[in-house]
Amino acid sequence: MKRFGAFHIAVLVAGFAFLYVPILLVVIYSFNASRLVTVWAGFSTQWYAALLNNSQLLDAARVSLMVAAVSATIATVLGTLVAIVLVRFGRFRGRLVFSSLVYAPLVMPEVITGLSLLLLYVAVAFDRGFWTVTLAHVTFTLSFVAIVVQSRLISFDRSLEEAAQDLGCPPAETFFRITLPIILPALIAGWLLAFTLSLDDLVIASFTSGPGATTLPIQIYSAVRLGVSPEINAASTILIGLVTLAVIAFSLATKRSEVERQRAERRTAP
Amino acid sequence: MATQRNAPPGRNTRPARNVRFGRLALIGVPALWLTLFVAVPFAIVMRISLSESVIAMPPYEPVFDLSAGFAALAEAVGQLDFDKYVFLTTDPLYLDSYLSSIRIAGLSTAIILAVGYPIAYAMARAPKRVQPLLVMLVVLPFWTSFLIRVYAWMGILARDGFLNQALTGLGLISEPLDILSTDTAVMIGIVYSYLPFMVLPLYASLEKMDDSLLEAAADLGCPPWQAFWRITVPLSLPGVVAGCLLVFIPAVGEFVIPDLLGGSDTLMIGKTLWSEFFSNRDWPVASAVAVVLLVALLVPIGIYQHMQARQLEADR
Repeated sequence: MKRFGAFHIAVLVAGFAFLYVPILLVVIYSFNASRLVTVWAGFSTQWYAALLNNSQLLDAARVSLMVAAVSATIATVLGTLVAIVLVRFGRFRGRLVFSSLVYAPLVMPEVITGLSLLLLYVAVAFDRGFWTVTLAHVTFTLSFVAIVVQSRLISFDRSLEEAAQDLGCPPAETFFRITLPIILPALIAGWLLAFTLSLDDLVIASFTSGPGATTLPIQIYSAVRLGVSPEINAASTILIGLVTLAVIAFSLATKRSEVERQRAERRTAP
Repeated sequence: MATQRNAPPGRNTRPARNVRFGRLALIGVPALWLTLFVAVPFAIVMRISLSESVIAMPPYEPVFDLSAGFAALAEAVGQLDFDKYVFLTTDPLYLDSYLSSIRIAGLSTAIILAVGYPIAYAMARAPKRVQPLLVMLVVLPFWTSFLIRVYAWMGILARDGFLNQALTGLGLISEPLDILSTDTAVMIGIVYSYLPFMVLPLYASLEKMDDSLLEAAADLGCPPWQAFWRITVPLSLPGVVAGCLLVFIPAVGEFVIPDLLGGSDTLMIGKTLWSEFFSNRDWPVASAVAVVLLVALLVPIGIYQHMQARQLEADR
């Protein structure tokens, strides 16, 4: 009954071509010898060499990586707390307000999130720079972490925790020795998601960053506004390559742990 | 828990109080953060939208002083100024921006649904073995920079870009088309950038579908096309609604795509807010634009939250 024919294959090929051809063009033309981006003039790696001398772009990349690493770490801790509260605490006073505040940054347009945070910083006279961007990124990424961790906590077998507690393990220790290791893959996935969202964000960073804290998207955006440039193609290709490697590594790692888990389950099964 | 209940009263109050304190701390830390960085900032936006624009830093008046206490707050309420909202209705720029955002986002959502449904359907039909790979192929572009994906289309849609080169090369057109810097380019950008947000929820709902329903329909003499229309489509409706909301809500407030792919006459409210803030430096008007945008999005956002809550219930 469940047919998968030539028509379905054609749809998938066309769909994936639409998704990947634009990205591939950027990669191919980053090796173009010509300054004209749409005319192919032979293979060259000169734009990668030019990139190494572009100190503005390199500085921006460093700032972005630091913002992303710090904000993803804080967002993972806070997002995990949020997920535990939402999944485990049932109904409590203020739950509706709490969950609305969690989901608000997810659905609010980025321009509003950025504007409101900037106005907060101005109101309390907080100098804009590294920390203002980082705090802004924690705030909008923690909701995404919460959702990822939440879905793992929902499918979690609570009898493991109950067994530990019945054997006299205090709640905090139960959390660190039983719960945390089991939900760890979700925490890693959440961290990676927060990291890439932070690395990718232009709008909120533009509102909340100050002098000395130019992130990579802000730098790329100001270059792109002047038109398509081969150097940006090279920078994009490096980013695409890094992300692809990270995603493949992560999916291989989770696949292996999944296989090991299944094997362990089969061993313990009667 | 049962052992605690049987323990002598003197020994069980402490842990109980500890548990309650622990709960409070667990809720308190994220609640404090969200209040400080989500609720308070938005209250400030509301307040500034009701302020006077002045040439100063910060460029609005009155500047409220949080340390001045309740009396100052009460006085500030007395100084509310609804001029900015009146201004939004008098200058057609704002109304046009809102309407044009909704039109562009709505049309793009419809196109994404039309493009995404066959892809999600084919994915759900694919052999179980390759399905995780297909999902990953849909997700992967989402992990690569949004800015770069929009930028890629600048090179494709330009007058001397790849699309015009390909079309003239094939002899389909003699004159290059002007696509870049038009609303069409913005819609192409939105369709491309948000396609994964539609395909994933659609795939999730189509993949869950019980095939025996289709078999039953076929056994009862229902032709495949009718079975698709009367069984598959209704059962995938939750995915359709979720996907449309996931695309429509962010597309309305989009800034990057209209700014890079659109022309000077492309009006979208995210771009208008941005230029009101950064170019005109009129913070009260920018705040008023933000408040009205959020009010306009409350209905779709409400539907989205409702769907999410239902999804969580269903997963449980």
